[in-house]
Amino acid sequence: MADVVEHAADERNVSTLECHRADGMGSKYDVLVIGGGNAALCAAISARRGGASVLVLEGAPKFYRGGNTRHTRNMRCAHDAATEILTGPYTEEEFWEDLLRVTGGQTDEVLARHMIRESRDILHWIVEQGVRWQPSLGGTLSLGRTNSFFLGGGRAMLNALYLTAERLGVEVEYDAEVTDLVIEDGMFLAARLKRPVKGETEIRATSLVAAAGGFEANIEWLKQYWGEAADNFLIRGTPYNRGSILKMLLDKGVQEVGDPTQCHAVAIDARAPKFDGGIITRHDSVVFGIVVNKHAQRFYDEGEDIWPKRYAIWGRLVAAQPDQIAYIIFDSTVVTSFMPTLFPPIAGQTVAELAGKLDLEPAALEKTVTEFNAAVRPGTFDHTILDDCRTEGIAPPKTHWARRIETSPFLAYPVRPGITFTYLGTRVNKEARMLMADGKPSGNMFAAGEIMAGNVLGKGYAAGMGMTIGSVFGRIAGREAARHARN
Amino acid sequence: MHGTRILDEADRLMTVCNSCRYCEGLCAVFPAMEMRRAFSDGDLNYLANLCHACGACYVDCQFSPPHEFNVNVPKTLAVARAESYAAYAWPQALSGAFARNGLVISIIAALSMAAFILGFVALNDRGVLLGVQTGPGAFYRLMPHSAMVWLFGAAFLYAIFALAMSVRAFWRDIGAPIGGRADGGSIFQAIRDAGELRYLHGGGVGCYNEDDKPTDRRKRYHHLTFYGFLLCFAATSVATLYHYLLGREAPYPWWDVPVVLGTLGGIGLIVGPIGLFSARMRRDPALLDESRYGMDVGFIAMLFLTGLSGMLLLVLRETGAMGPLLALHLGAVFALFITMPYGKFVHGIYRFTALVRYAQERRTAA
Repeated sequence: MADVVEHAADERNVSTLECHRADGMGSKYDVLVIGGGNAALCAAISARRGGASVLVLEGAPKFYRGGNTRHTRNMRCAHDAATEILTGPYTEEEFWEDLLRVTGGQTDEVLARHMIRESRDILHWIVEQGVRWQPSLGGTLSLGRTNSFFLGGGRAMLNALYLTAERLGVEVEYDAEVTDLVIEDGMFLAARLKRPVKGETEIRATSLVAAAGGFEANIEWLKQYWGEAADNFLIRGTPYNRGSILKMLLDKGVQEVGDPTQCHAVAIDARAPKFDGGIITRHDSVVFGIVVNKHAQRFYDEGEDIWPKRYAIWGRLVAAQPDQIAYIIFDSTVVTSFMPTLFPPIAGQTVAELAGKLDLEPAALEKTVTEFNAAVRPGTFDHTILDDCRTEGIAPPKTHWARRIETSPFLAYPVRPGITFTYLGTRVNKEARMLMADGKPSGNMFAAGEIMAGNVLGKGYAAGMGMTIGSVFGRIAGREAARHARN
Repeated sequence: MHGTRILDEADRLMTVCNSCRYCEGLCAVFPAMEMRRAFSDGDLNYLANLCHACGACYVDCQFSPPHEFNVNVPKTLAVARAESYAAYAWPQALSGAFARNGLVISIIAALSMAAFILGFVALNDRGVLLGVQTGPGAFYRLMPHSAMVWLFGAAFLYAIFALAMSVRAFWRDIGAPIGGRADGGSIFQAIRDAGELRYLHGGGVGCYNEDDKPTDRRKRYHHLTFYGFLLCFAATSVATLYHYLLGREAPYPWWDVPVVLGTLGGIGLIVGPIGLFSARMRRDPALLDESRYGMDVGFIAMLFLTGLSGMLLLVLRETGAMGPLLALHLGAVFALFITMPYGKFVHGIYRFTALVRYAQERRTAA
């Protein structure tokens, strides 16, 4: 019922919007949104529906708008019953337990439970903003109950949000690089802006929503924690998430949250581009073979747990290996057991030939494979459960799905750490309002999306949570920013 | 490696798309792709003809240009599709007609209309040609009914035969089991999918244009054109039955079935092609195979000319313009018939065949 009332209020506000519109640059806006992804657009739309004039500053050119939302495909929302696109209920309590498990308890329970409660309504609200759902994609059946998929993927979702925002009268500027924020006593006053054609300017606004992502594309920043190894990291998403807004906010007295040294990393194909390779460079073939480092040595139990639960550990594991490179080695019997890959596997008729192609020491790889094969115990293979195919007598062991690698051609994927996002962010309260270093809420600054994800997600990840954080806190931030501006 | 560069590119894209699958809910192409891990020439031609060119996968793709992966499925499949028309054309000696299709179609249309006009002039008195003819058999005073039946019957049967041979080659190539036939259920499903243009919808919002705002324009005008064409065909069929079964000769009064069907169809064939042409001009050039502009527009123009000359003939049939207009209309229809297997008309035939195959695959997989 509350939703209906609120929605009706939204509509009424929209009809009286024109009198609040600010015209052109240089004038003052009610709400300035910095960023252009899911969180930013949800904030912009929600602020506009709340009656505010809104300007969105997207640092990227139009094609690359939307930060990492471009590469997403689903959102995790609580719901009490199966829907057209969800196979069964996913209660708030179950969502909370999942969050507790993946973060190992590193979460703000009040904020997290608030987000989970709000996620129920987001499932419908986001559709009202033009986004369309579809059932889980082929190969992602394990998410069919918990996650709602965007029809056409993350960029389709973004396109719908941008269309809605523009239709409502939200102004959007691309290639808009914010070079400084003027903040006094926890109050945002203005943003300084550099634009390729129109030059520098200053934009004043009554409220600020910072939704500009993390800093994973800033290799220099990553090096502060990872050293030179960061040079070998590949960035899975946008090259524009350089953390400049996050850094400005933290430098100007906003309280930080989340472990700055941590980032979400998975193993992706080493042949992927440095930035923006997206989902298609991933490999889920680890459990079907062995993984060796540049010395052709195994270094971790490849059969520890089922995909996708242990999917995210391999980025970190590879990052800890010399030169941050590893090779998934398997044979021709398993090539159809996983999703087709963007890059074809590298093949050799013998293990030694394969080693040659990978620049590994042939004798060393032969020895590793031979020892592994000898250690494999008989069992019944079933990749859907923790089966009884395991090794004995080698270290590290492969505790499940261990089968001999013996059928030519022998195949390999080279992998490197692929960085998805960072955890460092700005601390916020339930209103998505930033907290200053002294613990006081800012008068007019709000944050949503990856830039504040660390409040909820201290570590770990479960599919679709980033988008939940973005939409839920984006919507709240926009609403609160508009409320502040109109008071 | 494939037979052509465009198939190599289509293979590269399908490999990218098959490792992503975000577009799976948009149309039939991506689910069909997911049933394969590798792509033969026939597979790619099948996917190319299954694509309805709505453009949604291009604007939804995080890897479309300027991204370095350079994924442009609509354009690549459009080129592959056009090349497949030539590849499956029967007889192969005439496949060159697809190379400069706009020119070929215009020349044939001009020659055909000129031939009818000259024929009418040569075989009729000036008085009959430009005179006012009314009542049953008015048309046949200019061209005997039997001559019309033989000429158009032959042209139509040839077109049907050539199309059938082309489809046979296509069907064999797109992986239909050897000797395998399409089952009734799959054909029925394909008729429904084609009849409602189920996949010309951008995943539900319409086709994409220059301004990123999807519309249903192409679907609406395609419906007008297609159903207009069918109504005209039905009008001719009913008239033929009238002639042979009831002994009633054209022209028929305005309220009679052939004229009503023909009028409705004619309106569709005038409005539809104009709408399709204008919609085409407003599409994002990045989505289109611009080198096939002539083929697309040539076919649209032929349909428009057929509809327009038919409607003019109806309106002016009791004036002295009837003779020349009849020659023009017959010339346009004749050209349309004989160029059917060698122009854009084939898109409907191959796409329907691909839809049958898709329905069959879905049934087998289910």
